Amino acid sequence: MKLSMFRLSYWNRRGSSFRSSPSLDPTFDGKSPSSVFWFVIHGLCCLISLILGFRFSHLVLFFLFSTSVTNLYTTPFLSAGNSGVSQLLRLKPLETVTNSSAKKNSRVVVGRHGIRIRPWPHPNPIEVLRAHQLLVRVQKEQKSMYGVRSPKTVIVVTPTYVRTFQALHLTGVMHSLMLVPYDLVWIVVEAGGITNETASFIAKSGLKTIHLGFDQKMPNTWEDRHKLETKMRLHALRIVRERKLDGIVMFADDSNMHSMEVFDEIQTVKWFGALSIGILAHSGNADELSSVLKNEQGKHKEKPSMPIQGPSCNSSEKLVGWHIFNTQPYAKKSAVYIDEKAAVMPSKMEWSGFVLNSRLLWKESVDDKPAWVKDLNLLDDNEEIDSPLSLVKDPSMVEPLGSCGRRVLLWWLRVEARADSKFPPGWIIKSPLKITVPSKRTLWPDSSSELPAAIKEAKSDTKPRGSNSKSSKGKQEPKAFNGVKVSTTS
Amino acid sequence: MLSLPSSFLGSKPSHTYPVDMKILSCLSAILLFLFFSASFAEQNVRTERISGSAGDVLEDNPVGKLKVYVYELPSKYNKKLLQKDPRCLTHMFAAEIFMHRFLLSSPVRTRNPDEADWFYTPIYPTCDLTPTGLPLPFKSPRMMRSAIQLISSNWPYWNRTEGADHFFVVPHDFGACFHYQEEKAIERGILPLLQRATLVQTFGQRNHVCLDEGSITIPPFAPPQKMQAHFIPPDIPRSIFVYFRGLFYDVNNDPEGGYYARGARAAVWENFKNNPLFDISTDHPTTYYEDMQRAIFCLCPLGWAPWSPRLVEAVVFGCIPVIIADDIVLPFADAIPWEEIGVFVAEKDVPELDTILTSIPTEVILRKQRLLANPSMKRAMLFPQPAQPGDAFHQILNGLARKLPHDKSIYLKAGEKELNWTAGPVGDLKPW
Repeated sequence: MKLSMFRLSYWNRRGSSFRSSPSLDPTFDGKSPSSVFWFVIHGLCCLISLILGFRFSHLVLFFLFSTSVTNLYTTPFLSAGNSGVSQLLRLKPLETVTNSSAKKNSRVVVGRHGIRIRPWPHPNPIEVLRAHQLLVRVQKEQKSMYGVRSPKTVIVVTPTYVRTFQALHLTGVMHSLMLVPYDLVWIVVEAGGITNETASFIAKSGLKTIHLGFDQKMPNTWEDRHKLETKMRLHALRIVRERKLDGIVMFADDSNMHSMEVFDEIQTVKWFGALSIGILAHSGNADELSSVLKNEQGKHKEKPSMPIQGPSCNSSEKLVGWHIFNTQPYAKKSAVYIDEKAAVMPSKMEWSGFVLNSRLLWKESVDDKPAWVKDLNLLDDNEEIDSPLSLVKDPSMVEPLGSCGRRVLLWWLRVEARADSKFPPGWIIKSPLKITVPSKRTLWPDSSSELPAAIKEAKSDTKPRGSNSKSSKGKQEPKAFNGVKVSTTS
Repeated sequence: MLSLPSSFLGSKPSHTYPVDMKILSCLSAILLFLFFSASFAEQNVRTERISGSAGDVLEDNPVGKLKVYVYELPSKYNKKLLQKDPRCLTHMFAAEIFMHRFLLSSPVRTRNPDEADWFYTPIYPTCDLTPTGLPLPFKSPRMMRSAIQLISSNWPYWNRTEGADHFFVVPHDFGACFHYQEEKAIERGILPLLQRATLVQTFGQRNHVCLDEGSITIPPFAPPQKMQAHFIPPDIPRSIFVYFRGLFYDVNNDPEGGYYARGARAAVWENFKNNPLFDISTDHPTTYYEDMQRAIFCLCPLGWAPWSPRLVEAVVFGCIPVIIADDIVLPFADAIPWEEIGVFVAEKDVPELDTILTSIPTEVILRKQRLLANPSMKRAMLFPQPAQPGDAFHQILNGLARKLPHDKSIYLKAGEKELNWTAGPVGDLKPW
């Protein structure tokens, strides 16, 4: 009990005052000859210790009474005050001092004990391994007790096509999916047919994948791209229906960013759920974006609307409507072509914000398939489908997830490179890279003059010029930079 | 069930139908029963029921089993002390104050002392605090003596049994020995006037002078709201193997070590300070409670006294307590099966603590965690305000109820005296 030590220290500090008032300290009355004798010995030992400078008395008594103290290995002897002698004298069980003679002798002795240290106080590797196995087992048990009871398979639908940033985007999605603790089926639908590049990429994940090809090539405008992606997703849903895959279908676009909690959250969906997505309508041009926002604030003098698309509920947590990203401020300035340097706008309701139970898509009437869902086959091309809400006859039956849309668990982002950007297939470079900046004696102090040369080299390298630009090292006057602009050329 | 259709087919339908229907209905009843019991068992496999040595006593309701009469003492014994120092309400000895408040409004309280089974004296002996907040026990024996003199002269109930049907709450370090240093406490022994009374105390060690046989051991007070404010979701994985925060050496009072905690805490430090499985240090982190909820084992070694609030905290946060205190008597030991919940390590085995803990079978550890997850276990360790069923107040009353009915021999004949009113150190005899 660590508080007693403060009390003891207090008592020690106030010891003199207590001793002066014998009424308070009851232990000092009734001086017997034996106590006087011990007092004299104590004083003698104190004097000797003062002279010799270490706890001589402690050592003497320690060796005298070593049978009763468990004398193992080491006992740290620190030089300190000699208040411990009186305690040492009481190493033997206190039979003479106990009040009631009828008490049995306790095994536990009051007084100083040795500090047991084993000769090799370091961890045994086998025990460490066992401890880690215990930790894993305990965590598994915790998960089964408090986590999701009977987890369902997650069926992820991702439309993709081969382009510069495909590796960038797919790596992100792939790594997120590899961390998902549930069974997973990844349906990758590729525009332009199945390519080896994509196939080898997703094979690296080790996940169960279904790689589908879609025969149209990805068009160049965002609008058309959205439409094609919709068709690709519906194609994937038809495969789910044909193969009667059981689980929860979620739409992970390849450039989206998912937090791991989204996979835990979607396990709670019964039939059709809606999540909140954070919309990152980002353009390469930071100045333009800030000017857009300033204009919006100036005009309306109200809080900028939140960049979130998702369900909104009333106070009793029931779904009452949808919150949609306000594309007004970007009306004139949004990107039309995929490689434009303007902000990319999401469609009204992005597919990735919805999850559905795969049984909704099955052909036969599953027992409790709700009546408010349209059959997938009847949708074909007759209507304009822009979001999974078209599948639902009664939108009020949609379940809001993520504490009713208040938790944003995934983010929508569209970043693409220029359409004519060149990149090595599979990002594997066959021949060594060409030198653009020859290495000097390194270090940075001189490099400010080197940097403009490097950028100039990089720029000049892409233009087909015959002359080698290696001669321009160190001779350039440093240009004024406001910051190095990173172009989206590869 | 498979044999039935053949019997159906092979038998004449007229008179064998009723027999077969009976068999069918019996079997279906058995199957239904098994199905329901299996589903109940599945629910129960998550948290196990605690069964104490006397049955499921944790959930007993003491109301109706006993009656307690609360003496009216002048406020210098209770309220004035509290007014002088309100810190008495938050330190680990606050159980005495909260027990008084609980009894005042409890249904077991009776205003008629003639029908009472137990008598309670509302006195706060541990409410004399130093400026740093630690209780000084020097005046407590005199205070207790003066209170007993008061109740024995104003009411006849003390003298009729010399206190054998009275109980006192003495949550100090060594109970009714009223001293914080163990040797001095042993020297004093239990206050002579309290030798026949039942003591409700936190200290418990077998074969020790300061633990009387009929005493009830209770947990130290730990603030329930403060602990409940620090709960984290239970699905956060437990990633610390062994956790401990506290002193290993008491440099103020025991600089060389070996005296504090009988050398056990120092042994833990010297042996395991470099062991990555042991998260032990003397820090005071703000995330102490949260860290306990992320640990599998929490060490509860003795200090200057064998008990500590760490046991309560470990139980509330679901961390398996590793009790390193020889011969300790744990709270409510007759109602809570501590061997099944905690791990006991002898002080001499401390250097092998890592071997001991890693050699516990996985199933045993999981079972201990399930038992700890039982909410009745956590409730029994706490003193919530206001009192709730199954909490420590009720466990104390249950303990008192289990000691009823009183043996007829406690009632003294007229003129018979058992207690020696002049026993004890001279200093105790001075009036308070």
